[in-house]
Amino acid sequence: MQTKRPALSRRDAVKVAAWAVAAAAIAPRLAFADEKAVAAEIKKLYGDKPMASGKIRLDVPEIAENGLVVPINVEVESPMTETDYVKAVHVFAEGNPLPGIVSYQFTPACGKASAATRMRLAQTQDVICVAEMSNGALHTAKANIKVTIGGCGG
Amino acid sequence: MTTKPTPRVRVPAKAAAGELIEIKTLISHEMESGQRKDSKGETIPRKIINKFSASFNGKPVFSADWHPAISANPYQSFFFKATESGEFTFIWKDDDGSEYTAKNKLTVG
Repeated sequence: MQTKRPALSRRDAVKVAAWAVAAAAIAPRLAFADEKAVAAEIKKLYGDKPMASGKIRLDVPEIAENGLVVPINVEVESPMTETDYVKAVHVFAEGNPLPGIVSYQFTPACGKASAATRMRLAQTQDVICVAEMSNGALHTAKANIKVTIGGCGG
Repeated sequence: MTTKPTPRVRVPAKAAAGELIEIKTLISHEMESGQRKDSKGETIPRKIINKFSASFNGKPVFSADWHPAISANPYQSFFFKATESGEFTFIWKDDDGSEYTAKNKLTVG
């Protein structure tokens, strides 16, 4: 007679895999980028130009269960005409091994300065977004994302 | 286990003049970050797609510089304001120098 007790349930297997991924992520203890690294990257691009807040809508989950695939949608308010449009948008991570995530270049042909992708986050951290307008004005926004990586704290 | 990256693009076939359309793209690629180590403790070299660009009738529309923090099988969506019929060209540039392209026609009217 067959007993209904699997040695390793599917759920357990998922848990074990999740822990393994987490352990692998922590094990090498890499040097992580921080606020300073992100600030340095921004300085490289735009010097010490002042940055305003507002205009940017940074759409990210508050809690990311899987740090390997975190959706990110950036939208910048702009009429997107030949004379007034969003030129570039840069996204940086404060807690990843490298500060850069993605840089977008928009044109008036886009009609709307909005783009979405999926990113990797090594740990709970702030994501910084900088938008450059066609007249040179800079805007910035920040969002905090809690990364749980398979549910084992963070 | 490296397979040839295949791009997938979703563009509406038709649009009204002045209509804002969303373009969604996906390409299969492992996006090896250069941060991971193999079982011998050696760093696995970086191999990612570092640039995605879209143009319409030869004119640039949108581009993205991807860093190793972009997930495997990178997804990218953006918008386009349809004004005339034509063809999109999408190009993905790999660290190893190869390029993957996709073309999609759009009819406006």
